[in-house]
Amino acid sequence: MRSILSVVVATLAAAVTVQAQQLSGAGATFPAPLYQRWSVEYNKQVPAIQVNYQSVGSGAGVKNFLQGVVDFGASDAAMSDEEIAKSPRGAVLIPATAGSVVLAYNLPEVKNLRLSREAMAGIYLGKITKWNDPAIVASNPDTALPATPINVAYRSDGSGTTFVFTQHLATISPEFDEQVGFDKSVTFPVGIGGKGNEGVTALIKQSPGTIGYIEFGYAEQNGLSCAALENKSGQFVAPTAESGAAALASVEMPENLRVWPVDPAAPEAYPITTFTWLLLYKKYDDAAKLKALKDFITYGLTEGQSYATDLGYIPLPESVVAKANAALGTIE
Amino acid sequence: MSAPAAAKDALTAPVRTGPDYFLWLCGAASAGAIFVLGWIFFEIFQEAVPALKEFGAKFLTSATWQPNRDRFGVLPFLVGTVATSLIALLIALPPGLAIAIFLNEDFLPKPARQFIRFVVELLAAIPSVVYGLWGIFVVIPLIQQLGSWCAERFPNVPFLAGPAYGNSLLTASVVLALMILPTITAISRSSLVAVPRTLREGSYALGATRWEAIFGVILPTAAPGIVAATILALGRAMGETMAVAMLIGNSSRLSWSLFAPSGTLASLLANQFGEASGMQVSALMYAALVLVALTLAVNFAGEAVLRFTEKRTAGIR
Repeated sequence: MRSILSVVVATLAAAVTVQAQQLSGAGATFPAPLYQRWSVEYNKQVPAIQVNYQSVGSGAGVKNFLQGVVDFGASDAAMSDEEIAKSPRGAVLIPATAGSVVLAYNLPEVKNLRLSREAMAGIYLGKITKWNDPAIVASNPDTALPATPINVAYRSDGSGTTFVFTQHLATISPEFDEQVGFDKSVTFPVGIGGKGNEGVTALIKQSPGTIGYIEFGYAEQNGLSCAALENKSGQFVAPTAESGAAALASVEMPENLRVWPVDPAAPEAYPITTFTWLLLYKKYDDAAKLKALKDFITYGLTEGQSYATDLGYIPLPESVVAKANAALGTIE
Repeated sequence: MSAPAAAKDALTAPVRTGPDYFLWLCGAASAGAIFVLGWIFFEIFQEAVPALKEFGAKFLTSATWQPNRDRFGVLPFLVGTVATSLIALLIALPPGLAIAIFLNEDFLPKPARQFIRFVVELLAAIPSVVYGLWGIFVVIPLIQQLGSWCAERFPNVPFLAGPAYGNSLLTASVVLALMILPTITAISRSSLVAVPRTLREGSYALGATRWEAIFGVILPTAAPGIVAATILALGRAMGETMAVAMLIGNSSRLSWSLFAPSGTLASLLANQFGEASGMQVSALMYAALVLVALTLAVNFAGEAVLRFTEKRTAGIR
């Protein structure tokens, strides 16, 4: 009896010591598939660390981070200086991956649609309402465009995707900047709203003649056609991992690691690309947790980057990874 | 034991002396419900104070909702909420009442009526998100076709003007109508069942046809219950969130057209609360307050109508 008891006690003790280190994170929905993949793959290598990432949205991610209810946050819109000042334990932004925002459309007979800057802004300002508008025809001389109305789709919920997309439109069109402006949630003068990337994807798939902005990964998974967009140097560039990487390479990462490659000038760069960030505290009280967190993020920045392309993201350039690793080192 | 003996036993049974715990329990539950309602109000109100101070009554009359410019006005959503629920009621009330009358008459044998009743009430058990999905796959394509047809034929009628979208005010209203149908049918039917047999028999005895009996005697007698059903249905339609958010197109522009995308207060909250910050949170709370006030007003109005009709029909019951 006694021996059985001691075995039980010993097993219990062992169970306690190998109990997994739990890390909880919350934030942006856009990189969620990648973070969740990292979590699964990393757990296979290091079973002692379990990462639980909830994709609740960038805004909610920042909120949770500031309230201190998570170990790390995540946001497509990074954090503003105002928000960082509100964090009692400081904040370090680590770029974790990047992605493109695409204009996906549903025109069964049109394969390679090209949209000029003027056409893009015009569609979202409600000034271009037919697919065969001269502004669209001008850049697609060899394509037969239908005379049907353009149904415009946008995100009805607040989102980092909207932030990046409207930031681009506001940069290329003063009129858009004045009429609509840019933020995570804006009011477009035209179109219908879908909730989440999946909501907008559904709107596009559902009715021919619809155009909407979504993350590249969603368009790819759903087999939607994406328009090639005119970039700053006047080239029409289709969204691919290469054209996205070219956009990322065109910006210099500043000290605070917060930068948007808004309207990159490189001729081969896709115009709407963004980084997405992990939000970490400057100080962690629990040394074991800190180590687990650093190990996990180091994994994500190195080995984890190889999953990016598969899932429709853009792997970070080497120089950005080096700077992200350096920033990771400053956390105590 | 004979009946008088039982009564005698009850009279001589020992009187309880301890406190009445059951009464306490019931009292606490009732007070708790009131407390929670008050708490919800307080919390929403408190969060809404900055927006209340900033926008005041203009919040209700302004049609611009631009979170990035800190301009907030809920008129489009207010109109959307009222319009969708009233149209839904308009669509659902006639068939809902007709089903209730049909089920209460002896046109079909009882088992068949039981079956129909069961099926209609089953509609209430379908989760809202499933209605939304069904709406996406079935109602949206239909409304889109109808809308394009109408926009072509009647380009000058503002209610039918194009461009016609599938995700529109009418789509949301049609699905809402289906969602509130079981409420209308179930409550109307139970008030029809409650009409005393003697009234029906009396009217037949005086030579009334079935039609005259239904419209002259049975429906007026059951009117308070039918009004209550309508009010409850309206309340449900106003507060419905998920299915509406999936179907209405979530636009914050004001439009006359039934085929234009629109928005309701509930769908606005569901869409924007997650990512809101600063004044937007406060404005959304103000919008929530408006929604609560609207549903309360509907309920009060319902109660008033109920009392009035009850008084008028009191003589015949």
